[in-house]
Amino acid sequence: MGRAKIPRKSTIVDMTAMCDVAFLLLTFFILATKQKPDEALAVVTPNSVSSKVAPDEAILFTLTPDNKVFITLGDETKKGDVLQDFNQVNGLGLSPAEVNKWAKKPFIGLPLNQIKSYLALSSDPKPASMPGIPIDTANNELIKWVKSISNAYAGGDQNELQNMLLVKGDGAAKYPSYKQIKEAFKANDIFKFRVVTNGEQVPVGSELYKKAGSGGVNE
Amino acid sequence: MAELDTSGGGHKKGPGVKKSKKQSTRVDLTPMVDLGFLLVTFFVFTTTMSQATAMKMNEPNDKKPDLQKDVKESGSMTLLLSKDNNIYYYYGNLKPETISEQFKSTSFDKVREIITEKKLKTPIDDLMYIIKASPESTFKNSIDILDEMSISDVPPGHYAEVKMTKEEQQLIDLTEAASGGTPPSK
Repeated sequence: MGRAKIPRKSTIVDMTAMCDVAFLLLTFFILATKQKPDEALAVVTPNSVSSKVAPDEAILFTLTPDNKVFITLGDETKKGDVLQDFNQVNGLGLSPAEVNKWAKKPFIGLPLNQIKSYLALSSDPKPASMPGIPIDTANNELIKWVKSISNAYAGGDQNELQNMLLVKGDGAAKYPSYKQIKEAFKANDIFKFRVVTNGEQVPVGSELYKKAGSGGVNE
Repeated sequence: MAELDTSGGGHKKGPGVKKSKKQSTRVDLTPMVDLGFLLVTFFVFTTTMSQATAMKMNEPNDKKPDLQKDVKESGSMTLLLSKDNNIYYYYGNLKPETISEQFKSTSFDKVREIITEKKLKTPIDDLMYIIKASPESTFKNSIDILDEMSISDVPPGHYAEVKMTKEEQQLIDLTEAASGGTPPSK
């Protein structure tokens, strides 16, 4: 009796579908990743073991390696309010049109008396050529800025504001300039803020590592 | 599909010439898949690597001096941040007779051991690290030392930043001058 012949099948699998999936994923990841916003102010932040991710929407105080301070108002809804308040309180005498123009600038980094002439410029000067907000002990304009920011958020949730205040400093910046930023917060009764750092692993064998190993919470 | 038929296009096929075999148009897509997934893996890894994190800062309210607390001398350790990533430290209070023994220097590589050692031999209620940054220290130094506190799992409230006194600044200057500008590494 002849056995029924089983046809020998080819072991080659059609890879087309697989290939489609791979490139679909690739395309997805490329498009879904948010491009790092163009950082005109490049800073190298220190490392820390903190695992909390920094929020995207934030009021960012950037401290550059040459100790200049810039403010980025990341909350678009309140940006105009902050600038308007600052304009009024400090008597800059800007028209609403000028304030609107100001709100479109990516960051603030000028002393009070240079703001009006800066807004009259047709092109943006390079951030490196901007002097930054003065933070001398005698003339700490950052206090006025923090004041305007807290005014704009007055009545709202203060925790929300504290969560948005971020200090992003370059490791090479000197301590006194960082201290001046802290002083500006403290002068306005803000005692909580956050510092942007680069995440790092908890060193093996350290106390925190042992604690995390025994089921403790790493905050 | 992707392959060109290169088999004798220009030849005239006489009656006796066999027809050339029709070649399969299938391309092996395995390397293409490999490449695709390699790129996916690469992008996934590189994007998650550079996550910015936020470190919480709680500042004391200087306007309320009654909130200040006294620290036991036996449980306190003072860390002075100086220039070129140097750290000076001493335990308790500085006494004029024993100042040269008390006042020591270290670096960021070794400070963790010292912090942990102090933590382990001090009752947790008495423990207090006093951090003083000199004007010559950097932002990185002050963040790093706070990070060391987290790494050594010092509970919040057991370390604080305090302004450096003139005497301490003088001591640092003297130590650095004595060793020819470069601080002695322990």
